[in-house]
Amino acid sequence: MNHSESTVLGAPCDEALPERLLSVRGVDVKFGNVCALQGVAFDFVKGECVAIAGHNGAGKSTLMSVLAGARRANAGSVQIDGASFECGFDANQARTLGIRCVFQELSLCPNLTIEENMRVVHPQLKHFGWRKRAGAIIEAQLDAIFPGHGLRGTDVVGDLSLTQQQMVEIARGFARVDTPVRLVILDEPTSSLDKYTSEQLLAYIRQSASDGVTCILITHMLEEMLHSADRIMVMRDGKVVSTLAAANLDKEQIIRAMGQFVEGGVTPVQRGAETNGAAATLRWKVGPGKRTSIDAVRGTIVGFAGLAGQGQTALLHEIYAEVRKRRSQQAVAFVAGDRRADGVFIDWTIAQNFDIRRLYNRGSPTWIDGGALRGLFDTWARKINIRGAAPTENILSLSGGNQQKVLFARALASDADLVLMDDPMRGVDIGTKLEIYALLQAEAAKGRTFIWYTTENDEFAYCDRTYVFRAGKVTRVLDRSECTEEALLAASFEELTS
Amino acid sequence: MIQAVMLRARRLDLRSVLPVASLFAVLVPMVAVQPNTFSYFGAVMLLNLGVPIVFATLAQLAVITANELDLSIGSFVSLVACIGATLLVRSPWLGWAALAGCVVLYALVGALIEYRRISSVVVTLGLSFVWNGLAVLLLPSPGGTSPGWLSTLMGFQSPIIPAPLLWTAAIGIGGHFLLMRSSVGVGLRGVGGNPGAMRRFGWSVIRSKAVLFGCAGLLGVCSGLTLLGLATSADANIALRYTLLSVAGVILGGGEFVGGRVSALGAVLGAITLTLASSFLSFLQIAPEWQIGLQGMILIAVLSLRLVFRGKGARR
Repeated sequence: MNHSESTVLGAPCDEALPERLLSVRGVDVKFGNVCALQGVAFDFVKGECVAIAGHNGAGKSTLMSVLAGARRANAGSVQIDGASFECGFDANQARTLGIRCVFQELSLCPNLTIEENMRVVHPQLKHFGWRKRAGAIIEAQLDAIFPGHGLRGTDVVGDLSLTQQQMVEIARGFARVDTPVRLVILDEPTSSLDKYTSEQLLAYIRQSASDGVTCILITHMLEEMLHSADRIMVMRDGKVVSTLAAANLDKEQIIRAMGQFVEGGVTPVQRGAETNGAAATLRWKVGPGKRTSIDAVRGTIVGFAGLAGQGQTALLHEIYAEVRKRRSQQAVAFVAGDRRADGVFIDWTIAQNFDIRRLYNRGSPTWIDGGALRGLFDTWARKINIRGAAPTENILSLSGGNQQKVLFARALASDADLVLMDDPMRGVDIGTKLEIYALLQAEAAKGRTFIWYTTENDEFAYCDRTYVFRAGKVTRVLDRSECTEEALLAASFEELTS
Repeated sequence: MIQAVMLRARRLDLRSVLPVASLFAVLVPMVAVQPNTFSYFGAVMLLNLGVPIVFATLAQLAVITANELDLSIGSFVSLVACIGATLLVRSPWLGWAALAGCVVLYALVGALIEYRRISSVVVTLGLSFVWNGLAVLLLPSPGGTSPGWLSTLMGFQSPIIPAPLLWTAAIGIGGHFLLMRSSVGVGLRGVGGNPGAMRRFGWSVIRSKAVLFGCAGLLGVCSGLTLLGLATSADANIALRYTLLSVAGVILGGGEFVGGRVSALGAVLGAITLTLASSFLSFLQIAPEWQIGLQGMILIAVLSLRLVFRGKGARR
């Protein structure tokens, strides 16, 4: 428990040998009867970036909350600076040890300003003038990671977009108040960031690693791992199954280690060519002054691209309102991306969260048929592999990715022939993603129409047509053949360059 | 850049303008109907009864900050007034001890609500009967006397600016600095905003709620004593209407029931607006039997105005 040793130990550094920062030994975590972690052991080296891969519910987030001091382990120890902590440490000890965590479910207080949120993590900011100091620290950190962010310390967090909140949360993780930051844990940090800000973050991770800060990066984007990590730790069912060196690695190897190898992947299929005429096309006039026109051919997948927060979500909401208002023949369903805000009902069970949309199907009976609903839930739970908790448990007992799967199933199991998706793949693992891609294509072939806003550029390969957004307007419409990475990026920045 | 600054200014405005606007909406017609209210004595008469309501509203504000609701504040204030009119006069030590005990009990209730995760509505509704019963035991029929020092304090006349105005301003600014600006206050409001995150970062939510409920108890004691000082005698039902008035004052002042979004200054303005609104109706010579209903109508109108503002904000 003697923290003052740390600086003494850190000073005479031997460059040749990698210096160990933190070791995890035999950590077990149990939730009731479920083993979330089983005998996890790992050594984190100073100044490296370790990426953690694994399917949803593999225990990645649980391990991180043990390291961050948010949860105690049931067995095992965490060693740092020669001191060994049985069952981990608490949040205050973690802070003095220089361990910071950016949690997947954001942990900002929306009613406080950015600088007040700094104080929440750093109680030592308390004497006269703490606001000014906190504001200066967080603004400098935001400048360092996301130049041109346009945020100020006095902004109230609840008024910011999800992307901006994520940026604040990340900057808060790296910000140094008094004790030096030595280990930063990032749990799905890029899930609400667009490609541009993600790259700013990944570049910063590399830079701070060379300054001696260890980073742990949990992500489902294999490319991000390969770009920024030195080692990749693969977890499966609560255990560390292998550790791979990132150099000369390719995606297939990671997927195979995760046990989610899908033979041949999913190939985008061409479709929609045979549909003809205006009757088969859905058209909406939306946006400011109704000047933006969105066309969707029935039975196709339409993508919304662009940097995050360029008005795509607002437009989806508008289309949803439009479809509901017209009392048209279409039934519509919505898959939320910001699941805490507009996706899950946090006091309900998993099954209730799944059932709710179906109860509003056309011609659904007045009285609820419990047996049929249960049967349907079981079918879908098997189909997209919802695991980790029983259907009668609270929705929040599922991991983030599994919650997202429930939201997907909710929409797909309904009678909707138009499905709007607001960045729905947040926190979904690669194996499930491939299954969902296949499912989307199959459903589109059956005549369902999808409008899909996503921040992952490779997903536009599945879209028949892609609208690129900038500042709430469509800057370009790309057909499948034109939809390359370069074209998307160019269109995303169209207004900036002109 | 300029656009961003404008946006920020507007965002700030909408939230803080409404309490001020609704205060003026009541104040201006009242001065028009009865110009005497604008004089020194007019202001003293009108605002005097506002002081205990302001304290009660701030007590409710402390509880709402913790995402809870206190339905017992009215009967608690009545109990304090009864203790003040009986025990505090007969044996001051016993009286102060009883008041201190009440504050500690309040804090314990806050801790219990968080520890057992019970709905605060249920607990405080039950407690309101307990407070009321104790008050009736102490003072079965209206009466008692206020301690001499208390009447002197409340009867204090300040030069130029009316004393009650000074009181409310001091209370409001004090509350603002303690809850909104101090580092401790930020920690307490964070508990309302995201209790899960606060727990993760090593804060004790139980302790924070105990502190907030304790503050509510303390402010409730202030409210009861100032009320006694003004009324000079007490009654077990003297302040029952404070429960709803305090909730309405907090909401009128820009606070929200959940999420820890509160404003101390706004709550003070809200409490004053409600105090004035009841006097205004008397000035209009509306029969007393219609007054309560009309007061409710005013409340509904102002609160729905707030919803309109918020709807606009969300759409943007």
